[in-house]
Amino acid sequence: MTQLPDTVGIGFKRSHYDALRTTPNRLGFIEVHAENYMGDGGPPHAQLDALRRDYALSVHGVGLSIGGAGPLDTDHLARLKRVCDRYDPESFSEHLAWSSHNDAFLNDLLPLPYDDQTLATVCDHIDRLQDVIGRRMLLENPSTYVTFESSTLAETDFLHAIVGRTGCGLLLDVNNVFVSCTNHRADPRAYLADFPLAAVGEIHLGGHDAEDLPSGPLLIDSHGAAVADPVWTLYAETVAMTGPRPTLIEWDNDVPDLPVLLAEADRAATILDGVRHARAS
Amino acid sequence: MPGHLETQTAFRAALNSRDLPPGITAVGDLDRRFSVYRNTVAHTLSDALAQRFPAVQRIVGKAFFRQTARIFVADNPPRSPVLQDYGTEFPAFLADFPPAASLPYLADVALIEMARGQAYHAADAEPLSPAAVMSRIGAAPDTAQVTLHPSVRMVSSPHAAVSIWRMNQPGAAATPPPPGPETALIFRRDDASVVLPIPPDIARTVTQMQSGTPLGALGHVADADTVGTAFSTLLQNRLIVGLCHI
Amino acid sequence: MTSKTTTLALAIFGACAAVTSASAQDMEKCFGVALAGENGCAAGPGTTCAGTSTIDYQGNAWSLVPAGTCEDMAVPAAADGTERMGSLEELDRDIPA
Repeated sequence: MTQLPDTVGIGFKRSHYDALRTTPNRLGFIEVHAENYMGDGGPPHAQLDALRRDYALSVHGVGLSIGGAGPLDTDHLARLKRVCDRYDPESFSEHLAWSSHNDAFLNDLLPLPYDDQTLATVCDHIDRLQDVIGRRMLLENPSTYVTFESSTLAETDFLHAIVGRTGCGLLLDVNNVFVSCTNHRADPRAYLADFPLAAVGEIHLGGHDAEDLPSGPLLIDSHGAAVADPVWTLYAETVAMTGPRPTLIEWDNDVPDLPVLLAEADRAATILDGVRHARAS
Repeated sequence: MPGHLETQTAFRAALNSRDLPPGITAVGDLDRRFSVYRNTVAHTLSDALAQRFPAVQRIVGKAFFRQTARIFVADNPPRSPVLQDYGTEFPAFLADFPPAASLPYLADVALIEMARGQAYHAADAEPLSPAAVMSRIGAAPDTAQVTLHPSVRMVSSPHAAVSIWRMNQPGAAATPPPPGPETALIFRRDDASVVLPIPPDIARTVTQMQSGTPLGALGHVADADTVGTAFSTLLQNRLIVGLCHI
Repeated sequence: MTSKTTTLALAIFGACAAVTSASAQDMEKCFGVALAGENGCAAGPGTTCAGTSTIDYQGNAWSLVPAGTCEDMAVPAAADGTERMGSLEELDRDIPA
């Protein structure tokens, strides 16, 4: 297994398939949600098989519920292994969140308290997942809207501990950093200063929605708009610290035509080029 | 301090209620901020159903569909994180849903849409050419047993569900439906799920073939002409992927 | 070969020959739009969703009436003679803003 290139990719949407096939390849990689490739056959697999020949691939799981209190869903682990075995992606990632409770899948990335107990559970789950799929995973920091009074660890300390115990890498979602920090009236630069940047194997950039509340702005990780300017600034500062990293443009709702996504990708590529240039000189 | 499981149980319960779970906090407007989770759970699963059952939504209208979906989602959350499998119980739910009782065909339209989704994601299999089928049958059609493409589904309705499904496709006009009953053969062709109206006797014959009945034993459901027509329909649509003799 | 087998053989071979010689498809096929809901990892759908957070369903507490193309399709009344007229009562009345 090789690694994702330190260039820019986009989240693959089926509506872009034809356009992607006929556009000269200027993307470093594509990313897909693992759960959308768990059918037995048909067009989704045929398309991904074809794209896989031209693109490096990141498989991004959205449904394992790594932060769930209960045991991992063994059927779902087996499905994830099947997807990884079939496509041999350059990267596999999942979320620091929970999305299932008992037998019900809630289809949202829900927050968890950060304490010793949840740390142990999350680390067990990551160990198990890495064992089943036979590869190192990247864990993504969440967008959150509330926090827990019972938390005893900062999110960044929690992530440090996970990396130390499990050996997993991290997927740093810069938009999530901005969304969470704004929602909790925290400083995103302080968050990034505390973040285990050395473990970052991929960066996500997506758009958010904003609503003004009496208590301050509420940002929602909607993936339905262009990346916001302050997030671009934060991204540039981040890669200035980490060096170029594989960077993904995420746009999942109100998905625009491919050229709009490619323009966002170009903007990120320009920033990466600037970092490369600065580091070379 | 509550345990991890207890925290999540309370959080999950609050997603479906007006109460907030204990132990959460925010800079203010806690209810509005927590509602982002409530809304995401409620909307994304309803949206998944709307994508899977677009004709049902068009028939009943968006407002009705959204309310119906919310009730369904609350009572029947997905049991698996794979959303493309979600909604299997929705047709049966609609059949027993009092506000939809005036639309007796609605559940059957939902069955057609569910079958289309299943056909879309069914396993791949290479069809046999007509020439290959003929040579494999040889001189003994009686003992020939066919394997159909994994995408093949059939939906039989006592109503005109197939016509109603069709007139609720984008661009089609809704008109008074013909008298039922109707049956559809549903399968995947290239990138699309196809709905092919077929007569009930052909559907019965195909169902028998699909369950492994050799051609010579189809006599109790169909005469030779019907078997021939069913066979021709399958062959024409490249749905025979295997043929052996038993 | 019995005459029954012969009849079946004729029908089957006739079917094969017809398909082999003529690819024309005379039966009507419908290709609808596809398809299933997909998984994603976004929250939302954003700021337009206030007040959709709780569900209070009592079967007799409200009535929903379909309001899509079923109206154009002149659907007959239900077998028990129930009329389809009525109004869509907002479920959101019970929901905190």
